[in-house]
Amino acid sequence: MSRKTLTIALMDPPYESENLTTAFRILDVAARRGYHINVFAYEGAAGLAFVRQTPHPNPVHGKDVAEENHPTTKDQVAALLAEAEKNGGKVDWVNCGMCVDERGVNEFVAGTRRGSPADFHAFVEASDNVLVIPTK
Amino acid sequence: MAKKTLNIVESAYRAVMEEQDDTILWLLAAMQGAGAEHTVVLRGNAVNYAVTGQGVAGLRVGEWKQTQAPKMDRDVLDLIEKRKIPVYVVAEDLADRGIEHSELVPGVQLLPRTALPGLFNEYALVSHW
Repeated sequence: MSRKTLTIALMDPPYESENLTTAFRILDVAARRGYHINVFAYEGAAGLAFVRQTPHPNPVHGKDVAEENHPTTKDQVAALLAEAEKNGGKVDWVNCGMCVDERGVNEFVAGTRRGSPADFHAFVEASDNVLVIPTK
Repeated sequence: MAKKTLNIVESAYRAVMEEQDDTILWLLAAMQGAGAEHTVVLRGNAVNYAVTGQGVAGLRVGEWKQTQAPKMDRDVLDLIEKRKIPVYVVAEDLADRGIEHSELVPGVQLLPRTALPGLFNEYALVSHW
């Protein structure tokens, strides 16, 4: 049986909504099943793979950096790519070029790339299913 | 003496997984530590923050695991007991969701919706989050 190809378009920026948690849960399952995954990271989501994200402590909780173990979306993106590869799938993660430029987040997790709406169009044409998770 | 601020928190569970807490409750706790004088009213979906025993498994993506998933009841209790921040919940919003007062963390006070405007007069600033 051929591997399924799933495309997800994301718009929310990191650390602003629960939409991305939902998206990463779906992406994680797809990666574990060895699906081919395309992600079009548009608008605020272009910052998800920004490689200079840095974990911080939580003084209100009384935890230092190590204890707080603050999540960064760049680590989640990297873990997604590794999980897909381990299971025979692949992830084509495209960061909208104009979106990263205007936000100054043009340094990506290795294995993700800069792209354009044309990539999203190509993803849609090549996919078994497409899920758009828009910002609200 | 700090200006007394009433904070009505309505936006709930927004990015709490990524931040491992609610950013507004966190902000108020941090400001209280800097000398601010806050009171919190939980309304709408945010009343659920006060329900005891809630929790969520950490997010997992491949080999990456979240180890400090948010616990909102813990954070509400921290406001009350450690920060000495009064916390109210709007009674009707609680009832609408079928939540009993007995399900809330200790120290949370019920506030009838009609009593809210009267509370405004006791504060120099009212912030609606």
